[in-house]
Formats: sequence, C-alpha cells, structure tokens
Amino acid sequence: MTLATSLPLLIVLSSLIPGLVIFFLPETAHRLRTSLNMLGAVTKLALVAVLVWGVSQGHTYETAWQLAPGLHLVLHADALSVLFVVLSSLLWLVTTVYAIGYLEGSPHRSRFFGFFSLCVTATVGLALAGNLVTFIIFYEALTLATYPLVAHRGTPEAIRGARIYLAYTLGGGALLLLGAIWLQHLAGPVNFVYGGVLDALPPELHPQLRWIFLLLMVGLGVKAAIVPLHGWLPRAMVAPAPVSALLHAVAVVKAGAFGIVRVVYDVYGVEFTARLGLLTALGVMAAITIVYGSVMALYQDNLKKRLAYSTVSQVSYIALGTALFGPLGTIGGVVHLVHQGIMKITLFFAAGNYAETLGVHRVREMNGIGRRMPGTTVAFSVAALGMIGIPPVAGFVSKWYLGLGAVNAGMAVWVVPVLVASSVLNAAYFLPILYRAWFRDATAPWPAEHIPARRLETTGALLWPPVITASLALLTGLFASAPFSPLNWATLIASREYGL
Amino acid sequence: MSDLLVWVVALPLLGAIATVAWPRQGRALGVATALATLGAALGVLAQVMDGTSVHHELGGWSPGLGIGLAADGMAAAFLAMTAVVALAVSIHATAYFAPGSRREGFWPLWLLLWAALNALYLSADLFNLYVTLELLGMAAVALAALGGGRAALEAAMRYLVVGLVGSLGFLGGVAILYLTYGSLHLGTLAAALEANTATWGALVLMTTGVLAKAALFPLHFWLPPAHANAPAPVSAALSALVVKAAAYLVMRLWLDLFGPAVTPAAGMVLGTLGAGAVLWGSWQALRAARLKLLAAYSTVAQLGYLFMFMPLLMVQAPGPARNAALGGLVAMALSHGFAKGALFLAAGAVQQHAGHDRIRDLGGTARALPATTFTIALAGVALIGLPPSGAFLGKWQLMAGAIDAGQWFWIPVVLAGSLLAAAYVFRLLGHAFGPGERANAPFAITIEAPALVLALLATAALGLGAAPLWPLVGGLGAPS
Repeated sequence: MTLATSLPLLIVLSSLIPGLVIFFLPETAHRLRTSLNMLGAVTKLALVAVLVWGVSQGHTYETAWQLAPGLHLVLHADALSVLFVVLSSLLWLVTTVYAIGYLEGSPHRSRFFGFFSLCVTATVGLALAGNLVTFIIFYEALTLATYPLVAHRGTPEAIRGARIYLAYTLGGGALLLLGAIWLQHLAGPVNFVYGGVLDALPPELHPQLRWIFLLLMVGLGVKAAIVPLHGWLPRAMVAPAPVSALLHAVAVVKAGAFGIVRVVYDVYGVEFTARLGLLTALGVMAAITIVYGSVMALYQDNLKKRLAYSTVSQVSYIALGTALFGPLGTIGGVVHLVHQGIMKITLFFAAGNYAETLGVHRVREMNGIGRRMPGTTVAFSVAALGMIGIPPVAGFVSKWYLGLGAVNAGMAVWVVPVLVASSVLNAAYFLPILYRAWFRDATAPWPAEHIPARRLETTGALLWPPVITASLALLTGLFASAPFSPLNWATLIASREYGL
Repeated sequence: MSDLLVWVVALPLLGAIATVAWPRQGRALGVATALATLGAALGVLAQVMDGTSVHHELGGWSPGLGIGLAADGMAAAFLAMTAVVALAVSIHATAYFAPGSRREGFWPLWLLLWAALNALYLSADLFNLYVTLELLGMAAVALAALGGGRAALEAAMRYLVVGLVGSLGFLGGVAILYLTYGSLHLGTLAAALEANTATWGALVLMTTGVLAKAALFPLHFWLPPAHANAPAPVSAALSALVVKAAAYLVMRLWLDLFGPAVTPAAGMVLGTLGAGAVLWGSWQALRAARLKLLAAYSTVAQLGYLFMFMPLLMVQAPGPARNAALGGLVAMALSHGFAKGALFLAAGAVQQHAGHDRIRDLGGTARALPATTFTIALAGVALIGLPPSGAFLGKWQLMAGAIDAGQWFWIPVVLAGSLLAAAYVFRLLGHAFGPGERANAPFAITIEAPALVLALLATAALGLGAAPLWPLVGGLGAPS
C-alpha cells in the first residue's frame, strides 16, 4: 500500500483506533485516556495536513474496497472533502480539549470519549466518501455514535431527547437508503464526480429522478434540520455542551448539509438539478427554514435552545447557497459550511462555560456576565456578530457571496429579502444578549458558581477553546482572500464544479 | 479430499458418543470436538472456494444406493457459519452450566444436533434428508427441555409435536416423489422432475412440513416459548442454527429440486408469509417483556427476510442481478446466525448476572457488564441491518432485487421491519444504560468473549469482508 491508497484510510483510523481502545480503559485512567485522545486528534490533523498539501499539488488519494457486487467502500479526497475534513479534524482537536476540561470528574468518561472518537471517525469517513454507498455507511454510523452522546447524562429528559433524535435520524436514513438503491438501479454505482453523472440518463427517467431527489433530500434534510424535519434538534439540547458543539458545528448537522452539497453538485450536477426544476424547490425550503429558525430563536430564553434554533436557520444558508445556480452562490454556500462551524462552536463553548462556571442557563440571567467572564464573552460576541453578518467576521463573507450569488442567479427578488430579514432577526436575538452581558449590571448572584474566579475567569481547558475558535472566525474573515483560506478553497471547489 | 465431507458429520457424532462414554470429561471433549469440526468445515469451505462442488459416496456405492454427500458453495458457507457459532456455543456452555446441573445431558445432545445439522447441509438424497430432519428435531426438543420447569417442558412438548407433524409432511412428499420418479437422489430427481399434480402435491407437503420446522409465520407459534425457556447456549443454537437449517432446506428444495414446478405465484406466497413474519415478529419483539423472548421473536422476523428473497429469485433470469440477490440471501442468513448466537449468549450472561432477564429491570447492566452490553449493541446493528453488517448488504440486495423485479411492495416491509428492529434494540439498550444498582462483574472470558466474537463477525467481518460470498454461491439454482 502506498500513501496514495492508504492515506484516506489512515485518516479514518486515526480516531477509530484510539476510540476503540478508550472504551476498554478503566474510569480512573485519566492521564492515559487524555493522552490517547490528544494523540489521535493531533495525528489526524498531521495526516490531514499531508492530504491538503497533496490535493493542492494535484495528487489523488483513494482507498477502495469491494463489499459486494456493485457496492464498494471508497474513500477519496477531492477539494470538497478536504474542506470538510480539515474543518472537522481541526474542530475535533479543540473540542477534545474542551471536553476534557468540561467533563472533569464526571462519571462514564471512557464511554463518552469512546463514542466521541467514533463520532468524528464517522464524520471524517463521510467527508471522504467517494460514492453514495460509502456516504450512507458513515452517515448511519454517525447516528449510532451520537445517540449515546445525546443520552449521556442518563436523565429521563436526556433519554427522551436521544430517542427522538434516533427516531428522526433512523427514519431519514431509511429513506436515504431507499433513494440510493433506486438511483443505483437506474444509473449503476453512483460515484461522486465533479458536475454529476446523471444528466446522461434518458429523459423518460426524469420523473423517477425527481422522486429519488426528494427521498435523498428528506434523508439528508433530517440531519441538516430543514423545516419541517428539524424537530429533534432543539430537544437534543439536553446533551453536554461539547456534544452540542459537535452536533451543531462539526458532525451531525454538517453531515446533512454536506450531503446536500454532494448530491446536488457531484451526483445530479447543479446544472442538471436546475433543469429538473429542483434547485428552486430546494432554495424555497432553505429560505423557509432560515426565516423560521430565526423567528423561533427570538422566543427562546434558554441560551442553548436559542442557539439551537439559530443553527436550524444558519445551516440552511448552506442549502440556500447550493440552490443558487452559479459559482458565486456555490462559494457562499460552501464557505458557510466552514464559517458556520467555527462561529457556532464558539457560541456553544461559551454557553457551556456560562453553565459550568456560573450555572447560567438562561438569557435573563446573563446581566453583567461580560465583567465576570470577559474572555468567554468576547469570544461569544465575536461569533454572534459574525452570525449577524457584521464585517470583518467570517459570517459577513458568507452572506456577501450568497447575496452576489442570488443576483447572479437572477433570484435576487426573493433571496435578498430573505437574507436581509434573517440578518435583522439574527441581530434581534443576539444583540439583546450582548447588551445584557456588557452593559447591564449583575442584579442577582450567579445561580450556581461552580468555579471561582482566580487568575483566569474559569479553567484554562474551558477558556482557551472558545478564544481560539473566535480568533479563527475573525482571521478567516480578515484574511478571506489568503491562500488556503476557506474562501480561497471554496473558490477552487466552485471552479472545478463549473469546469471553469 | 472429499473425505472431509464425511469428517464434518462423523466428528461431532464421535464426540457425542465419547461424551456419553466419559460424561465427566464432557466439557473438554465437547470443546475438542468443536475445534476439530470447525477445522473440517473450514477445510470443506476452502475446497469449494473456487466455485466447484465436492461429492462423496459413502462406502463407494453408486449414487442412489449408498449415502451420498455433496457440498457446494452455499452448503459450505452454512457449514462454516454453523461451526463458528457452535464453537462459541460450546465454549460458553463450559462455563454456563453449573456443576451438578443438567450439563452431562447437554454435551451428547448438542454434538448430536450439530452432526444432524451438518448432515442436513450435505445430504444428496431425500431419504437422508428426512433422517437428518428427524434427528435434528429430536435432539433440539431434548435440548429445549433441558431448562427443566413447567414452561420449558410444555414448550418442548409443543415443539416435539410440530416437529413430528412437519417430518411426516416431508416424508409424505418424499414418498410421492419416489412413487412417481423412482429415485430419491436430488440430482437424478431434479433432472427428471416435471410440473404435474404429483410433483405439486409433493412440493406442498414437503414445503409445509419444513416451514413448520423453520417457524415461518404463521407456523411460528411454537418458537418463542421453546427458544425463550431453554438454557442460553441451547437457545443460541436453536435460534441461530436449527430454524435456519430448515430455511436452508426450503431454499434448496425450491431452487435445486423443484425448479420446474415452482411458479412465481408460489414464490409470492412464500414472500408474503415472509413479510408477515417480518412485521409480526418485529412487533412482538418490541412488546416482549423478557430479553430472551425479544430475541426469539426477533428470530421469527429475521427468518421472514430470507423468504422474501424467494419471489425475486423465482422471476429473475440467471445473471448478475439474480446472483446479487442470492448472495444477499446468504449474507443475511449468515449475519443473522452470528448475531442471534451473540444475542442469546449475551442474554445468558445478563441472566446469570442479574438472576432474571426482565427488560424493565435491566438498569445498570451497561455499567456492570460493559462487554456484554457492547455485544448486544453490535448484534443489534446486525439485526436492524445497519452498516457495517452482513444484514445491511443483504437488505440492500433485497431492496435492489425488489426494484429490479418490479416488486415494489416489498420495500415498505423491509424499511418498516428495520425501523421496528431499531425500536426493539434501542428499547433494550435504553433500559440497559438506565440507572440501576448492580455489582460490577469482572470480565468473564468464557461467558462473554464468545458472544463478542460472534457479534464482531456479524458486523465488522461480514459487513466489510463478505465480497467472496457472491462468487461462492453464484451459480446456485441456475438451469444447467
């Protein structure tokens, strides 16, 4: 085996093996578990760095393995998968540090970190999937690996939330599977190829292809939390904060959005999807989700719930960008895959810090919190402003390209108002939080101060992750046109998809 | 080298006799026999790996006179799966039966059962098949009764009656065929068979008889009490192997022997019963109050999937699509054999630790028995048909075949069955992960490890390494 055929597999194994070992460690082996976690995360990042360099040099990396006639497990690195792999392995490293700090002293840590590693294994696997079968295999594995994390606390509420999560995702998975089998019946084994593979099929199959598209989109839309398939997401908020961060920014929701991008660009082909009249339908569903999520977020007093509805809204920007025909819309959607991840993970880290340090769970308890926890609150503010779309934070870049893409695709009439309305709503649910945090004085003692303020406002393992990710959000916005920036890479993807 | 065919039957038979002669050495003899038989079974598998089949005429008598044995890819695959599950069951059983309990009775019956299974897979003529069916049924009933207690004895009694009636039906069909065609040899008969009333009568009698033994819905009523009340290693053998051998026989008869007589409509009947089994069995498993009852109803459901392949195989012309479905059928059957063996052995570990297997009261099990809980979760993945598992590949081929054959109506059944399976598996896991006070148990290697290995075979090994199965079983039932 050469590096060209083994690198994708090694990237998947670099978290799978530590994860499996961690399951069998005794609870008390704290140091060994932490070392294994960090070793896996750092190894994965190093392997991914090799991959990025290689792909930018035009090398191809592919691991292929036959499962059955017509079914192959293919791990393949193209520009889009590299983007997602970098995002998930980078954020996994940060989240691992955060989770180690967050779960300090709580029970069942071996189990938690075991599933945590399996979760990122599945995410990286589906990012590298070279065909629809492989994508589905890792997509289902992701469901299985996240279920115990959502249920981790074992309270009746957590178990119920996890059960609802499972019902939604397994139901969606079944439809996705059916769509894939049907598609393979019509088109043979479906590999992910720039520009798609289906427009060669005869026109009499087009009605069937529309039905298959619907099945695939429903299957993916469940994880991407597209309205009305989003019901599990707010309820999964009972999970511990690192899990929420993972769910919303790195793994689950992203897997759905990534799948939508894959199917539209590399299975159907964006031009063919537009010709089938499906792009507009997708765009309308995304727009409805964007507005609905933002409106619902307005009414949530629980901070994590407000962030959850914000995710519902923000992730659909990716689907919206996909639905805007033309390179600019593509860039906007793809780059938001990264930007939303960095910003949303910051917000969840910060929310976790408030809860762990001061016992603050509700927006109305946040008066004056900026003075008590300045580092966390600065990070939160940067990410929140980015979500609204204020320059120079990363979110502005996404919205800018989405707007340009809408004009370019001739859909500005309704897409631009949606973008504006959504930004206004974003401001309406984020700015009051910032106002309370910075400009109001604390009126009551903190609900439950677990960690006293010493040199740092909270423990280092909790503080540094949001500070780092917030800096990333700022830097990716400021240096958006630098080589290897998300925007730069998204432009590369768009140019390959449109054959420019 | 066709002697190996004799050895896979003779070894467990000799082992059974040895354990009767030296009951005190039962455990050692049992495990030694299991290892030797596994070696022989893998040897047979290696011989047919290139797509050929091997034959052996016992004592050198010509076909039709003596006892003929034959193995093709499908037989070898079942033989090997059986041997692996049987070794796991044997190792588990060495620790399961407490000293002084009925363990002396277990070993001879269990090895006899295994010999009957192997003989059934390999028999090349109908009379021998009848003999192996009877032997299998008797050994299975005696084992099911080992649990003692009123419930187990009643269930064993019902099992006995169903088994006898089933065998009688089979024998009736064999008699009709012999009177009509003057032969009992499978190959000779298959060549001579015509679609006429006598053949049809034989087909109906034999199929119904074997279906009762295979517990296909609605003839499944005897299975849940019999499997749920037997000792765990016995349940594992009955659920993973015995009913599957009966299902195997139906496939053999329909694909190899009755080719000219069976019609797509007849296949549709089997498929419909299979669909009923999937839905009813899964639903009952979801409602089961006890872990072993859940596992037993899950067997009813999982057998249904195997029969849902039949209407597809009846209409598909020989070619890649049909071969894909055939391989899927075998992948599904093997995957279930491993997974159900794992689940029942794990249930045995849970029952020994907790003293009961009431699902509601299993809180704390995940903490006390982490390896066993992991086993249950892995077996669950295979039962639901999630990737990676043999069942995932099997269900893919089943649905792909349904689309290919234009029989769309099977697809909702497969999807609904999978979601119901997810519901009963996660209901079980939810309780196991729930709160509850239980003493931490150290990892009991002879009790827990065999189940874990079986679960890994059903998922990781078959899910990722099943590709050679398709060439192995490819040509089966195709007109020669």
